[in-house]
Amino acid sequence: MPSNFAALEVGQHLYWQIGNIRLHGQVFLTSWILLGALLVFISFGTKKMENDPKGLQNLLEFLWDYIRDLARTQIGEKVYRDWMPFIGTLFLFVFVSNWGGALIPWRLIKLPSGELGAPTADINTTIALALLVSLSYFYAGLSNKGWRYFEYYVHPTPIMLPFKILEDFTKPLSLSFRLFGNILADELVVGVLVFLVPLILPIPVMFLGLFTSAIQALIFATLAAYYIGEAVEEHH
Amino acid sequence: MLAFNFFGATEGGLFDINATLPLMAIQVVALTYILNSLFFKPVGNVVEKREKFVSNNVIEAKNKLSEVKKLEADLLTQLQSARTEAQRIVSEAEEESDKLYKEALELANNEANASKEKARLEIESQTSAARDQLSKQADVLSELIVNRLILEK
Repeated sequence: MPSNFAALEVGQHLYWQIGNIRLHGQVFLTSWILLGALLVFISFGTKKMENDPKGLQNLLEFLWDYIRDLARTQIGEKVYRDWMPFIGTLFLFVFVSNWGGALIPWRLIKLPSGELGAPTADINTTIALALLVSLSYFYAGLSNKGWRYFEYYVHPTPIMLPFKILEDFTKPLSLSFRLFGNILADELVVGVLVFLVPLILPIPVMFLGLFTSAIQALIFATLAAYYIGEAVEEHH
Repeated sequence: MLAFNFFGATEGGLFDINATLPLMAIQVVALTYILNSLFFKPVGNVVEKREKFVSNNVIEAKNKLSEVKKLEADLLTQLQSARTEAQRIVSEAEEESDKLYKEALELANNEANASKEKARLEIESQTSAARDQLSKQADVLSELIVNRLILEK
């Protein structure tokens, strides 16, 4: 049924009721599938680590190196090691979610309500990630500099204080909405195009979507690392 | 097509925030720990071990290279001094042989001169002796001739 195949559903969720809490089931389903695939891929790649890397190990080492460079340039030489796994996980989670949402034909799987798609196209996921970033940079600043962390708020002059406080709210807001908006918009554009012209025409937009997805993962990880770096930076 | 039978009602909207948020946060934190032990630590160990290995080797090679250069310079100075020494020895030997040659030449000349002189003297003495004898015989002959001429008369 082409109308079913190309129907648009916005804001519909598959609700799971556990006790008196409600969850968006489709988000967890897709995230479990994608993260499961990621973990299987990584365990295969790291099963037999050699000093002279071959095959999958090469790819994983390239990925590791990429994440290390990202963390090191943003956070700085001193503490980047502590935060590399977190930054890397953010990058991998967002990347796998975005690409998984764009590449896998989830519509072939029917749900009673809502539809499967990128977990990052759900506002809950992106806010969760953004709040984790907020907690991380507060923790990084406080654990590295103690109460001196709050010097950051009055750093060049105390006039900056209200703006810096405001930043603590705008950072998670912008992080979460940027990711959510980009991925949702990409899904909607592809959905609308598939709905209107089911052949060929959506393909360039799908490629654009893949590009956006990768860029968004990089932006999210880079900004998270930058915020942490800003919090641990020593002012002189 | 696959059909999923999850119970659920339809409501909500784009900005429906509920318990998905904290559970997703917990899931991401758990994923961080899992990926740390499954991916970041093992790969990091291997990569950093290799980086250390490579940088150690580079340092070692640099040390060896500087040692080689030092030895090379050392050998070069040694070679230089050996060359000058050899040159000195050669010129010394040349001088010596020159001197010896001149000495030998002089000696030989002297000897030759001496023997020439001796020979000349001998020849002279023999010549005079022969001349004496010749004159004596001439005397005898003249006497004989005179006697004969006298007797024949």
